[in-house]
Amino acid sequence: MEAIRKVKGKRKEHDVKLFALSTCGWCKKTKKLLADMDVEYECIDFDLLSDDEKKEMRDELKRYNPAVSFPTIIVDKDGVIIGFKKDEIRGALEG
Amino acid sequence: MRQYVENDAEENGYHVCPDPDLYEDLLEGLVENQERYGYPSCPCRQASGMKTYDADIICPCEYRDADVDEFGMCYCGLFVSQEVSEDPDKLEPIPERRPPEILEATMEADEEPEMEESEGIPVWRCKVCGYLAARDGPPPICPICKAKADRFERFRLSPR
Repeated sequence: MEAIRKVKGKRKEHDVKLFALSTCGWCKKTKKLLADMDVEYECIDFDLLSDDEKKEMRDELKRYNPAVSFPTIIVDKDGVIIGFKKDEIRGALEG
Repeated sequence: MRQYVENDAEENGYHVCPDPDLYEDLLEGLVENQERYGYPSCPCRQASGMKTYDADIICPCEYRDADVDEFGMCYCGLFVSQEVSEDPDKLEPIPERRPPEILEATMEADEEPEMEESEGIPVWRCKVCGYLAARDGPPPICPICKAKADRFERFRLSPR
């Protein structure tokens, strides 16, 4: 599986970016929720990146979430949802 | 891995994840990390691949007890309290307790610090603030003054 990939979906109102770990159960729940909602998003499995990519993505993620924890969802380049917060994710993407 | 987790839960008075799907996913993540790094580091955290630096997040992690005390579950939800075990709806994301500086420091480090053969657990001293830590290798950063691992030295009592 590509570490950085576009996940297709019918819902494209928002620019959605997910920082995840391929091994993380809560990240898996988040991916499943986005799939159920049929949201198109960019998925970054941080643990599958090369070392250089990790540093680059770490710097990007840190701007939104200083704890650099997973999952983190960035909505339209400024909204941030840290952790699998189902209602917040639905609220931000289904509105 | 299941046996390892369930034995550990029982020995320490915890319960395992009451959400069957999440539990399976977390076990799979642990197996993947065991294969990838050679030790079962936390599936919900980014490991450095350097065992000395990941020592605090090898499952069961150093943050588990405090998190189960405060939130009823460890960071992943792999280990939970009796209360959460009886009510899976209480499983929810909790804040990361591991200081972010540790991940930062491990990502900047290229080499694992050398471990010395010794009897028992060696003690490491921060040359900047004097903090002492008993562990196999120096911590990636000093938890007190945030000095990097290379500022630590092996601490020995001087012979009389």
